[in-house]
Amino acid sequence: MTPTYYLVLSAALFTIGAVGVLVRRNAIVVFMCVELMLNAVNLTLVTFSRINGTLDGQVIAFFVMIVAAAEVVIGLAIIMSIFRTRRSASVDDANLLKY
Amino acid sequence: MTTAHGIQSAAWLLVALPVLSAAVLLLAGKRADKWAHWLGALVPVVLFVYAAILFFSIKSESNREISLHLYSWIPVAGFQVDAGMLLDPLSMVFVLLITGVGSLIHIYAVGYMAGDEGRRRFFGYFNLFIAAMLLLVLGNSFLSLYVGWEGVGLASYLLIGFYQNRNSAATAAKKAFIANRVGDVGLSIAIMVMFAYFGTTSFDGVFAHMGGASSGVAAALGFMLLLGACGKSGQFPLQTWLPDAMEGPTPVSALIHAATMVTAGVYLIARSAPIFDQSQAARTAVVVVGAITLLYGCICGCGQDDLKRVLAYSTVSQIGYMFLAVGLGPGVYAIGIMHLIGHGFFKAALFLSAGSVMHAMNDRIDMRRFGGLARVMPITYGVFLCGFLAIIGFPLATGFWTKDKIIESALDKGGTSGWILGIVALLGAGLTAFYMTRALVMTFHGKRRWEDDVHPHEAPRVMTVPMIVLGVLSLVGGYLLIFGGGLQHWLTPSVGSSIEEGAHTVSPVVLTILTLVVVALGVGGAWVAFGMRPVPATQPVVVSPITTAARKNLYADATNEAVLERPGLWLTRALVYLDNKGVDGVVNGLAAAFGGGSGRLRRLQTGFVRSYALSMMAGAFAVIAVLLAVRFS
Repeated sequence: MTPTYYLVLSAALFTIGAVGVLVRRNAIVVFMCVELMLNAVNLTLVTFSRINGTLDGQVIAFFVMIVAAAEVVIGLAIIMSIFRTRRSASVDDANLLKY
Repeated sequence: MTTAHGIQSAAWLLVALPVLSAAVLLLAGKRADKWAHWLGALVPVVLFVYAAILFFSIKSESNREISLHLYSWIPVAGFQVDAGMLLDPLSMVFVLLITGVGSLIHIYAVGYMAGDEGRRRFFGYFNLFIAAMLLLVLGNSFLSLYVGWEGVGLASYLLIGFYQNRNSAATAAKKAFIANRVGDVGLSIAIMVMFAYFGTTSFDGVFAHMGGASSGVAAALGFMLLLGACGKSGQFPLQTWLPDAMEGPTPVSALIHAATMVTAGVYLIARSAPIFDQSQAARTAVVVVGAITLLYGCICGCGQDDLKRVLAYSTVSQIGYMFLAVGLGPGVYAIGIMHLIGHGFFKAALFLSAGSVMHAMNDRIDMRRFGGLARVMPITYGVFLCGFLAIIGFPLATGFWTKDKIIESALDKGGTSGWILGIVALLGAGLTAFYMTRALVMTFHGKRRWEDDVHPHEAPRVMTVPMIVLGVLSLVGGYLLIFGGGLQHWLTPSVGSSIEEGAHTVSPVVLTILTLVVVALGVGGAWVAFGMRPVPATQPVVVSPITTAARKNLYADATNEAVLERPGLWLTRALVYLDNKGVDGVVNGLAAAFGGGSGRLRRLQTGFVRSYALSMMAGAFAVIAVLLAVRFS
């Protein structure tokens, strides 16, 4: 079991997440893709923590999880309110804030 | 030089009093309307009485140059200017002329301006004019002279443009002011040169230094003073403002032409005699300017149909005579001053009677619409006739004594230049006779040519009395001046003694007869042309080129327009264009570039969250790429 696999997996997850954020329109899916990217990063942190034999990475992973949890609370609330007013959860429809 | 004492130490009142009354008249407002003109007319009379007392007080002194120190005006370390007055024969002559003729014109103006609602303002400006002119001739330094000089310019501007709602008057006032300004620059440069080289501007200081001054400095001073004198006295090439100054009320023209303003240039040159003594070039320039202007004024005067303009051109040419005289050098100064005083009398008489004619003719001034006024206005006619006889040099009238002397002095200069100047002066005398006869005949003789709605009448007594006084003075004044060489003797301390009766180029008797013949030719020519034939009521269109040129002031205005005004206009237009397109172009272009660029950049803010995300990721990749490139290079 080499750490490389974890890193490759993490990179793959991050890429999937990033592409998902860019190409999907549904706000919920975009949101889930963001979570995917965060978790890919978490995986990387934990892997390096394991490689280096320190706890730093794991601690930061906790922080990330907390931030992600907070983000979900606020993000979902925003998405809910947008959906209620506009009857749509598409991120492309919410484009009023522009030039 | 003695210090003023007794009654002489109150000489500052000569300037203070008219300034005070001008301030009262201008500030008092409508409540002063009832008595303002009487106050305005009283002040110069009081001044004249005081000046006469002062005159006799000075006459009794052994040293007739009296200095009156007033206060320290500009006390700067190396530069001290004291405000003071110089009471000497030259300034006293001017003070008497200004206050005497000025009083008569003031009294006349009471009647002339009776119907004008701005009479109070008019008298305020009038007193200001007198004050400035008195300061000009009484100051004891070039700097205080300059203050009076500018004051005269200001007062003339206000008075020429007195009918401020009339466009032509406003333009004439501006023209006078600008032409004067050109001359004033010359005077101010001269004062700066004095300060730079001599460190003083007082008359004694400067004249004491003149002996040691280089010829260059003397010539520079002479030419700059001449420029100043040309501007104020309406001499070539700055003469065009003077005829236009006729836009003001007639008493103003009389005051400008007879007592104040135009005589200032002659005064300046006579006062600066020690400077001109040092520079032959400057002296020659004065003579040339005088001779050119003399002929110019005569020729233009022959072509005018406006009575006041004829008189204005006659002033231009008479002042030319004075310049000729004061330019001829020591000994002839007194003759120039004598002609100046005589001119003050007869020109005032002529202008006041012209004003009386205008008054009677509903302000019409075209001589072609007059004719036959002698019967309707006998007093005015008589006064005009006196002035006429004086100006053409009729035997025993003023001009006969003073003008003939100038012609004689010009011939006595000797050499070719003497002959040229003498002949020019003689020719001028003939032309003067021609245009004055023309004016006299067209106005007062022949058939009546005025319209039916005009009812000419003699002026009220308040106008006729000063006119009669001036008319009498024009006849006998010259004799009084020349009697026993009185004026020449009197002026000796100021301008040097006159030449001894020595060798003459042409004997005086022959010259007098010659002059009279030339004058008679002029009178006869005009009589044949205008007296024996009916005068057309409108200006003939087909005339000789000379008449056309004379009507157009010998193209002086056209030349000024072509040489100065047009290029100035072009330059201004080019600068405006450069400013609009160049300077403003850069500023506006920069603003437009930023505005346009920002407008395009703004379009990047699409509102699509995903495109933002893409650009953020592109940025992140770019940062990583740079980091890697740095790390592994």
